[in-house]
Amino acid sequence: MRESEKRLNRMPRKKSRRKKASQVQFRNRPYAIVSYLFVGIFVSLIVWLVYFNLVRSEEFINSPYNTRQDTFADRVIRGSILSSEGQVLASTEAADDGSEYRYYPYGSMFAHVVGYDSNGKSGLESEANFHLLSSHAFFLEQMKNEFQNAKNRGDNVVSTLSVKLQTAAYNALGDRKGAVVVMEPSTGKILAMVSRPDFDPNYLEENWEYLIADEENSSLLNRAAQGQYPPGSVFKIITALDYLHKHKTVDGFSYNCQGEITKQEHTITDYDRTVHGEEDLRSAFAYSCNSAFAEIGVRLGGKSLRETGESLLFNKKLPLTMDYKPSVLSVDGKSGVPLMMQTSIGQGNTLVSPVHMALIACTIANQGVLMKPYLIDRVENYSGARVKKYMPGIYRELLSSSDASTLAELMEGVVSYGTAASLGGNGYTVAGKTGSAEYGEGEIKDSHSWFVGYSNVEDPDIVVSVIIEGGGTGSESAVPVAGAVFNSYYYE
Amino acid sequence: MVNVIVELSKYLLAILMILYTLQCFQMVKKRDEHRQKTMLVKQLVVIVLFLSLSFLILFLKSGELRLILLYGQVLMYIAAVEILYRIFYKKASMLLINNMCMLISTGLVILCRLNIEKAQRQLMIVAAGSALALVVPVMIRKMSFLKKLTWIYAGLGVVMLAAVFVLGRTTFGAKLSLFGVQPSEFVKIIFVFFMASLLWKNSSFPQVVRATVIAGMHVLILVMSRDLGSALVFFITYLVMVYVVTRNPIYFAGGMAGGAAASVIAYFLFGHVQERVTAWKRPFSVYEQEGYQIVQSMFAIGTGGWFGMGLYQGSPESIPVAEEDFVFSAICEELGGICAICLILICMSFFLMIVNISLQIKNPFYKLIALGLGTEYAFQVFLHIGGATKFIPMTGITLPLVSYGGSSALTTIIMLAIIQGLYILREDEDEELERIREALEQNAQEEIQA
Repeated sequence: MRESEKRLNRMPRKKSRRKKASQVQFRNRPYAIVSYLFVGIFVSLIVWLVYFNLVRSEEFINSPYNTRQDTFADRVIRGSILSSEGQVLASTEAADDGSEYRYYPYGSMFAHVVGYDSNGKSGLESEANFHLLSSHAFFLEQMKNEFQNAKNRGDNVVSTLSVKLQTAAYNALGDRKGAVVVMEPSTGKILAMVSRPDFDPNYLEENWEYLIADEENSSLLNRAAQGQYPPGSVFKIITALDYLHKHKTVDGFSYNCQGEITKQEHTITDYDRTVHGEEDLRSAFAYSCNSAFAEIGVRLGGKSLRETGESLLFNKKLPLTMDYKPSVLSVDGKSGVPLMMQTSIGQGNTLVSPVHMALIACTIANQGVLMKPYLIDRVENYSGARVKKYMPGIYRELLSSSDASTLAELMEGVVSYGTAASLGGNGYTVAGKTGSAEYGEGEIKDSHSWFVGYSNVEDPDIVVSVIIEGGGTGSESAVPVAGAVFNSYYYE
Repeated sequence: MVNVIVELSKYLLAILMILYTLQCFQMVKKRDEHRQKTMLVKQLVVIVLFLSLSFLILFLKSGELRLILLYGQVLMYIAAVEILYRIFYKKASMLLINNMCMLISTGLVILCRLNIEKAQRQLMIVAAGSALALVVPVMIRKMSFLKKLTWIYAGLGVVMLAAVFVLGRTTFGAKLSLFGVQPSEFVKIIFVFFMASLLWKNSSFPQVVRATVIAGMHVLILVMSRDLGSALVFFITYLVMVYVVTRNPIYFAGGMAGGAAASVIAYFLFGHVQERVTAWKRPFSVYEQEGYQIVQSMFAIGTGGWFGMGLYQGSPESIPVAEEDFVFSAICEELGGICAICLILICMSFFLMIVNISLQIKNPFYKLIALGLGTEYAFQVFLHIGGATKFIPMTGITLPLVSYGGSSALTTIIMLAIIQGLYILREDEDEELERIREALEQNAQEEIQA
């Protein structure tokens, strides 16, 4: 009997269960921990999938590499692209034989920014492809179409582009090669983007062979974002900022300009060898004095200049949704004096795109904060009901607001008494910087004409960035184009 | 017209998936045997509805007559498994069987969509494997010597992996297969048996060192064969088993730290590891090469959205090796994100059930085996889904029971059969205890009375 009782005691019994439970819990703790760990892992997978679908999926869906939506085209009529004023920039029409074709009412005017939908895709046609091929038509109507085997109407994309400003910029640029970018600094909206020479997307397929072979004009290239130009004197904005970083103020600088400066047997001359005489930083900036800025650049050194340039997104990715070329600033601590003299006046190896200069001007105009540039304002279904609205978003604070306002002051000087004085007295205020960027090798050097600036300096309205290839000085070619855009904005 | 049905079916399939998932979790909670039984039948109905609707769409869209035959075969397979287990193993966990059927069904639907030949082959292997696995629970019961074969397991595992490394054929940059089979899949089972038999009685430090050496050999050979996914599965399983048996978190933490350090070293040592990481971090920058797969996968998941494009409405075939390494993305694209999330939850409940079974087993050797196999399953699911959704770098591993792949499916089915065997043993154990106790109590009472 004893034996059997002992054995009985070893068996789990109801009375001792509670005591056992805590022991079991202790023994099973590693199991619990392992279970929780794996549950955590699974839950994080779910969270990631939800996050991806809600937030990140768009950047993948809209990728130009994504050809998936093209299969939607069998069931959806591609939607239209509209300007901010509501004019049609691109639409799909039915030909007499029932086939569809894409129609661009403004021909070549929006060629690069709106892009094309044959021979690959570009511009907004590529960026908004997913929306254009998705239909949010009323669901009963969609059902009806499905039953009748008819196509649904894709959504319309309303862009931030303004036909008024685009027309003004396009006409002002004329037949000259170059680019104009117009932006709203407080929101990051891209209002106009012109690149010339251009092409007519209505006849793209017929002209394709010719267009891709034509390297002299490279008309398919969107010069506004993909053009890489030496910045010339507009780079003095960056040099001045670096000086400001170092000295905390632009006061107290003085320099006696003799029309040229020579260091280590390398000479930089001023435009037309103009002797500016005694000047401070403000007047040196306003008159775009090369000698003074070459002197400043050598004193600042390559490391510091590069850091300042990179803080304004040189050598960096730009927050753009379109194809672009990043800007290049190659000086560093080891750069010699001649290269430093060149670089600080915007020559040397530095390359920049017009849209990047527009972003820098936007940052200055918006008190140092760069808003994310964007081209799509909203998506609507074909009958006009809103599907999605894009809101302005901050990209980053690139400048302190005091640095921004100091640079703004310098740029105001350029218009009130400097190289862009012709923009004054039009009933609106402007701050900006001109540039003429020498290019090419050999004796006779030609130069690209630059202007970048913004209007209504107290509460900036628009930023305009202009480049005209071989246009000479900024004042003679680029400034009048910018003026035409400002006039159109305020008076049309 | 067909398009309308496809559109509607998307939502219906999502609802069925949600229903099934809810039932899964309810079942884990409910202990009432009768209600559990009705629940199991309800689940089965959902599986059959899911299959029927999917095959209807597949047939309407493709017009393939082979699909009708295949549909019949799948139903027969499910019926056979459900009936045979109920006849031979009354005490088996039918929820485990249901889950297996659901995962296999989902896999077959998406495989039919991608490649009917592969779906047919998969079903054949699954059926053959399940028939084979039917004897496994009996074997587990009879073969009590299994816990003594420690070094045979170790030798077998290392030799099989080494054979693949030396003789194997290279596919997609990794040496995986030998004569069409992937030994690393089967070694997964052997490895768990090795770890369990080595540690169940004695988990002293020297014993852990022995385990580490052998596990290290497995992992090293796999890394050299470029089968990073399997290497990780082995490593994590080793860590979890050592931790659970020693109950010493230092082993776990130390192992994780060591694993992290080894990963960093591997990153700098091996080009193919770097490629995987680049493809993960900046897929578009290497779009033409190693980034292509993952970018296509993300396009698929993004395009699918919550409810999916509907069967045959997307283009999952544009993802390279969609049937194997990216089956999850194909599911996301055509069946939708909601179905995909349900699938994750089903896999999770599957794992929790296995842990639960492991907890209930009293025999420490079997206990460890159940946990080890469960860990392998769960971590493989994580690697597959995490890799396909760009949560972690891609390792190129199958989703057990869903992906195409004979060795993988076969191994998983055998794993499940082993777990069933252990589950049945536990029920036996319980019953035996109950019987003995009752007998003793009666005995004692009689003696008191006497």
